[in-house]
Amino acid sequence: MILIRAIGLMLLLLLGTLPPSNAGEADLRAVIGKFATATNFPAIEAVVRELAATSDPAVERPLAALAEGSLYVRKADSLVFVGKESGDSIELLDALTGEKSGEAAKTDIIKIKVNNTLRRVIRDALGTLTLGSKDPAVRIAAADTMFKTPDAANIEPLDTAITNESVASVKALLEQARAASVLVSDRPEADKLAAIALIGARGDRDAVSLLTSVEANSEGAVKDAATAAITNINSTLALWDAGQNIWYGISLGSVLLLAAIGLAITFGVMGVINMAHGEMVMLGAYTTFVVQEVIRNSFPGLFDWSLVIALPLAFLVAALVGLVIERGLIRFLYGRPLETLLATWGVSLILQQAVRTIFGPTNQEVGNPSWMSGSFNIGQLAVTWNRLWILVFALGVFAVLLYVMKRTPWGLQMRAVTANRRMAASMGIRTPWVDALTFALGSGIAGIAGVALSQIDNVSPNLGRGYIIDSFMVVVFGGVGNLWGTLVGAFSLGIVNKFLEPYAGAVLGKIVVLVLIILFIQKRPRGLFALKGRSVEA
Amino acid sequence: MRGSFSTIAKMFSVGVVTAGLLMSVPAKAADDTIKVGILHSLSGTMAISETTLKDAMLMLIEEQNAKGGLLGKKLEAVVVDPASNWPLFAEKARELISKDKVAAVFGCWTSVSRKSVLPVFSELDNILFYPVQYEGEESERNVFYTGAAPNQQAIPAVDYLMSEDGGSVKRWVLEGTDYVYPRTTNKILEAYLKAKGVAAEDVMVNYTPFGFSDWQTEVSAIKKFGSAGKKTAVVSTVNGDANVPFYKELGNQGIKAEDIPVMAFSVGEEELAGLDTAPLVGHLAAWNYFESVDTPENAKFITDWHKFIKNDKRTTNDPMEAHYIGFNMWVKAVEKAGTTDPDKVIDAMVGVSVPNLTGGYSTMMPNHHITKPVLIGEIQADGQFETVSQTPGLVMGDEWSDYLPDSKDLISDWRAPLSCGNFNVATGKCGGKGTN
Repeated sequence: MILIRAIGLMLLLLLGTLPPSNAGEADLRAVIGKFATATNFPAIEAVVRELAATSDPAVERPLAALAEGSLYVRKADSLVFVGKESGDSIELLDALTGEKSGEAAKTDIIKIKVNNTLRRVIRDALGTLTLGSKDPAVRIAAADTMFKTPDAANIEPLDTAITNESVASVKALLEQARAASVLVSDRPEADKLAAIALIGARGDRDAVSLLTSVEANSEGAVKDAATAAITNINSTLALWDAGQNIWYGISLGSVLLLAAIGLAITFGVMGVINMAHGEMVMLGAYTTFVVQEVIRNSFPGLFDWSLVIALPLAFLVAALVGLVIERGLIRFLYGRPLETLLATWGVSLILQQAVRTIFGPTNQEVGNPSWMSGSFNIGQLAVTWNRLWILVFALGVFAVLLYVMKRTPWGLQMRAVTANRRMAASMGIRTPWVDALTFALGSGIAGIAGVALSQIDNVSPNLGRGYIIDSFMVVVFGGVGNLWGTLVGAFSLGIVNKFLEPYAGAVLGKIVVLVLIILFIQKRPRGLFALKGRSVEA
Repeated sequence: MRGSFSTIAKMFSVGVVTAGLLMSVPAKAADDTIKVGILHSLSGTMAISETTLKDAMLMLIEEQNAKGGLLGKKLEAVVVDPASNWPLFAEKARELISKDKVAAVFGCWTSVSRKSVLPVFSELDNILFYPVQYEGEESERNVFYTGAAPNQQAIPAVDYLMSEDGGSVKRWVLEGTDYVYPRTTNKILEAYLKAKGVAAEDVMVNYTPFGFSDWQTEVSAIKKFGSAGKKTAVVSTVNGDANVPFYKELGNQGIKAEDIPVMAFSVGEEELAGLDTAPLVGHLAAWNYFESVDTPENAKFITDWHKFIKNDKRTTNDPMEAHYIGFNMWVKAVEKAGTTDPDKVIDAMVGVSVPNLTGGYSTMMPNHHITKPVLIGEIQADGQFETVSQTPGLVMGDEWSDYLPDSKDLISDWRAPLSCGNFNVATGKCGGKGTN
């Protein structure tokens, strides 16, 4: 043991006394050291450019750190370090090698400031530097950056990169980046026309953006080719736009469905005008917040599971509150819609103010788990993960609810009570309990809707307000008392809304939808799918 | 007969009780306190923003009392809740002035609430301190505007984006919530951009309803607008609650601040507290104060605030600073006038200068607006802003925009000979009308 330590110590000493292995390292350190004296953005930018000009892959670390805002200067000796936050202090790492070099209090170091212009300069510089990276994802990012910021000087490094590239998809991107650079160079016209053809085949917005500037800065055949390519891409993009509207509509529809599905039970099946429905959604969202708080403080590793844990809890919390409201208030008001409306409105205000008193009036932060962040592309259509999951979730909840209503004894009793209360009571069904449990089920479902909505909306005491009108709209439009009606209603309203929005704007779009619904209700007072039978008259 | 008698008796007893209550009010309000009204919503949609201001005012009053009060008297806060209900603002203002006899009122957030209380303040001749950035086009004798006018926020912000530092932006998206502040601000900005030579097709204006939550179409429209080969930026007057889903959608659709920065006028530390800010780093906001400003005054203010609210995580924000400035100005003016009589205090206010939290002095100008520095900040991963640009000097609030045809000839000067909030220099008459 001692021997090993001794050898280790000797090695360390040796390393310490050895001259720097890379002759350039000292130069690099000298350049990095200039950050300490650069006080304004142009000066910092000059240092960044100087570092980038060395073309040494080692400068990637300090530059990336600067872009992230984690490059610091130690006040005591004006040395530059990469900082990593650890608790109240900051762990300092060597700017070039990333070795640990001690810790510092936040007051002992100064962060080197960065703004968007600098970030762009750094990104461009890193693009060229990281072309040879081992990670294909980094190479893709590099190709992407170089495509967006074409430079004639990029052609040669790209040529080398293309010959060395083994992954076909990355190679295609690199070729597009090269084509972009060719367009801003003084290469012959034939090269440029080939480049336009290549970029035209890419067919996305970035390509249009690039070609538009080419079109403006060139003449003759190149200009014509660029114009033709732009027209061509735009006509394809118009098709994708329509597809995009449908997707956005479906996504909005899934949110409407989630918000309305609980109401479809309390209002649709039971006929209770429940103005506190939105507050059940809010309670669900706050349950998610509490669960995430506990996880953040005690089990940070479980964060990606927070929503799964919050789901049953949100259901229970909202269902319990719903049960209390039904037993304590609504059961005395059956058959008196106006009083029910006012009483539940009062309940909604009480719940809002209660939450405001407990959690404060400000928004609470509910984080997105990693599997709900970001987006992916299908062709030119960007699909965000959170919207996709909400759609899946909404359909799942709908399927489960449908199963409960149609295939379980409880659902049978519920439908029996709705269809003919007195007959059901004569058959031995305890109608008061069925009422209570049905209301609790509707509230609980609103609660789990809150878990999903916390991912896309504010978690604040006003959360429920924003959904109550839409929910009633969906249920009334779809047909009171019919779950399928709610589903179709939600999606058709969503899609119509999203098709109107690009032309009429969000404000007018919403008004048009409302007017359409009013007209529709005039024609068919019972909604899309009217429930036939006695209950409607009752 | 019996029935009617008992009714009369009941009415009588109610009358006695009411009279007793009315009598007891002046008895309770001892003459050795000066009352200060606080008119901020503590419930309803605006509670999210306004509750904080109520707490900030209570803290300032408590501190002033610890320093020995004002004119040898203690200050007493009278808090009412107008519940985000605009007509109720006017009612509560009347109650504060006539019943509680407050010496001044600090309150309101939305422009519509301010408009609703204006007649009450001029009728009963009292003072309102309004702490929020607003659209301008107004100058009232009874109101002191401690928030930013458009030229103290919107115009410098656009100037910054146009500069090389800000990315030399050539194409503009003006995205706002559909109400008076964004509409007027965007009108001013459109006129300003046109004056700077920006073509009409390079400006896109879009409005969304209050509390809008489905931003997919808008964000993809911004993306599309931004792919025309020119540097694009979004100037956002989107109001409080709708911002969280807006930024979430921006992050999810992969719009980065380096490509299309969003400059917001209504997003402060408080709004960011409800957000995971990591994907938003680099987006911008223009204010006259940031919590991150490194001055001894600000450090003390933040420590005091955390102590008062008993929560280390609560942020401070720009309207809080506005109240800090406004309250200190009022204290100074009352000391100068030697009385709390609103008429005398209003005259004493002009020219009063107090330290602000960003390391300078703010002065009350004759148009009842104040001088402030303008800061441009970038959102950081910890939910704070980092100042990336600051105006070299203080900017004086300009109530009547020079860029709107209706108001470019109007000026305001509440000092003695002119005493007019809307003097038209072209016609030489008092009584011009602005844009709203």
